[in-house]
Amino acid sequence: MSDIERPAPQPDADSAPFWAATLEGVLLVQSCLDCERGIYYPRSVCPFCMSENLTWNLASGRAIINTFTIVHKAPPAFAGEVPYVVALVDLPEGVRMLTRIVGCEVGDVHIGMDVEVEFSPLTDVAALPYFHPVA
Amino acid sequence: MANHDSSVAIVGVGLAGIPDAKGKSELTLQAEAAVAALKDAGLTTADVDGIFTASNDMSWIPSVLVAEYLGIDAKYTDATNIGGSSFEAHVGHAAAAIAAGLCNVALITYGSTQKSRRSRSLGAAGPVRLTNQFQDPFGLPVPLGAYALAAKRHMHLYGTTSEQLAQVAVSTREWATLNPLAKMRDVLTIDEVLASTMIAEPLHLLDCCLVTDGAGAIVITSANVAAGSRKPPVWVLGHGSAHTHATIGNMKHLTQPSSTDSGRRAFEMAGVRPDEIDVAEIYDSFTITPILSLETLGFCGLGEGGPFVTDRGTGPTGSFPMNTSGGGLSFCHPGMFGVFLLIEAVEQLRGESGDRQVPDAKLALAHGTGGALSSSATVVLARG
Repeated sequence: MSDIERPAPQPDADSAPFWAATLEGVLLVQSCLDCERGIYYPRSVCPFCMSENLTWNLASGRAIINTFTIVHKAPPAFAGEVPYVVALVDLPEGVRMLTRIVGCEVGDVHIGMDVEVEFSPLTDVAALPYFHPVA
Repeated sequence: MANHDSSVAIVGVGLAGIPDAKGKSELTLQAEAAVAALKDAGLTTADVDGIFTASNDMSWIPSVLVAEYLGIDAKYTDATNIGGSSFEAHVGHAAAAIAAGLCNVALITYGSTQKSRRSRSLGAAGPVRLTNQFQDPFGLPVPLGAYALAAKRHMHLYGTTSEQLAQVAVSTREWATLNPLAKMRDVLTIDEVLASTMIAEPLHLLDCCLVTDGAGAIVITSANVAAGSRKPPVWVLGHGSAHTHATIGNMKHLTQPSSTDSGRRAFEMAGVRPDEIDVAEIYDSFTITPILSLETLGFCGLGEGGPFVTDRGTGPTGSFPMNTSGGGLSFCHPGMFGVFLLIEAVEQLRGESGDRQVPDAKLALAHGTGGALSSSATVVLARG
């Protein structure tokens, strides 16, 4: 493993509910109560309609891989983990998340794959929402 | 051709410290490039009243710093940083400022010693804030990983191949063999690109731009001043900029950057069609980057960028001369390449490009891409 400290989320007023939920194994996604669109990353104002009337929803935990890359040369903090898969996944809640795909061989990952969330412990303020293939 | 009465022109260009700063600072390199550009124009620092620069690491007030170093008292200043495309945006900003009478002689500079200082890293460590908290903890190499995600999506949607991506690097290297200043001048093959170290699939090491030092500068001015310039002016016919997202997770269509919008605006302002362009300098941070730009700028249809680079040919023997300096892939890439796209376009339009000269080039395009396919800025240029 690398000696370099892994980058870790530093929650703020926008993101604190999201990261707090990850510690409970829960994926929360924001949505706008006025235009009803999903929002990610968390914000204090809707990027679609400027509403400040936002809420948190329990996500289904399911997603579909939009695209991915298998990382072979990693940022220094991740050098001991290669190869690994970083992906953009589309959630039925209408948002796209950057994440890791775990729980399968890197060569088995493909665009369009159905995946579901799991949480990888990181710090005392955040666990990382990763996704693995649906069994 | 456009009416030049209210137009602005590039009248001087200069380079310094490519590919190695040889111990000089990025401030020194920018001063050397600026002096070269001003001498090229037949002007001096005393003539400059507008200063434009962008920097990732030199200073929190980089345009003010460059002006101080050179002894310039600017009445117009702009340190817009939208990534590697900043300098195409600066041309647009300078053109608007000059047309509005806010300044008359604008100096655009960029310089970096990232290679010498070994300051380049693929990612952060420790606590991460703001939008980075949703990206860096997952280990995406930046900015490279964002381009890999787009390339993978492009392959999935359109059947684009690694060989087609590699062709961009190979053709660009052919140009670099003709540029005495280029860092990489040995002929390159598709097999060599595909055999180079995989960084983040589908991008190999040789799908990625260089890490070098270097500086560049441009002098841009009104038609009145340009009338007395040492060399034939290169007219700014059109410009446009756009951005859609900062982080790759917020890019709506992974294969369609905002070059669609910046390009349309620049072409419309210029009154020029893509098929009229004689030489194209299109930011090649990674081999996928110009493929996406070719499509969204209208040189070919969406999804046709791969076949375009193999069938049309973008090298010295092809029918679409692109990145004639050797580009960011083989000439130099000091962190941001936008200013060098403009310099090469100007030299091509002046007929100063030596062995790599595109015969009788009349219209050129310089198109920058910045960030994680985040920002786009396009400039259409014409020889006088």
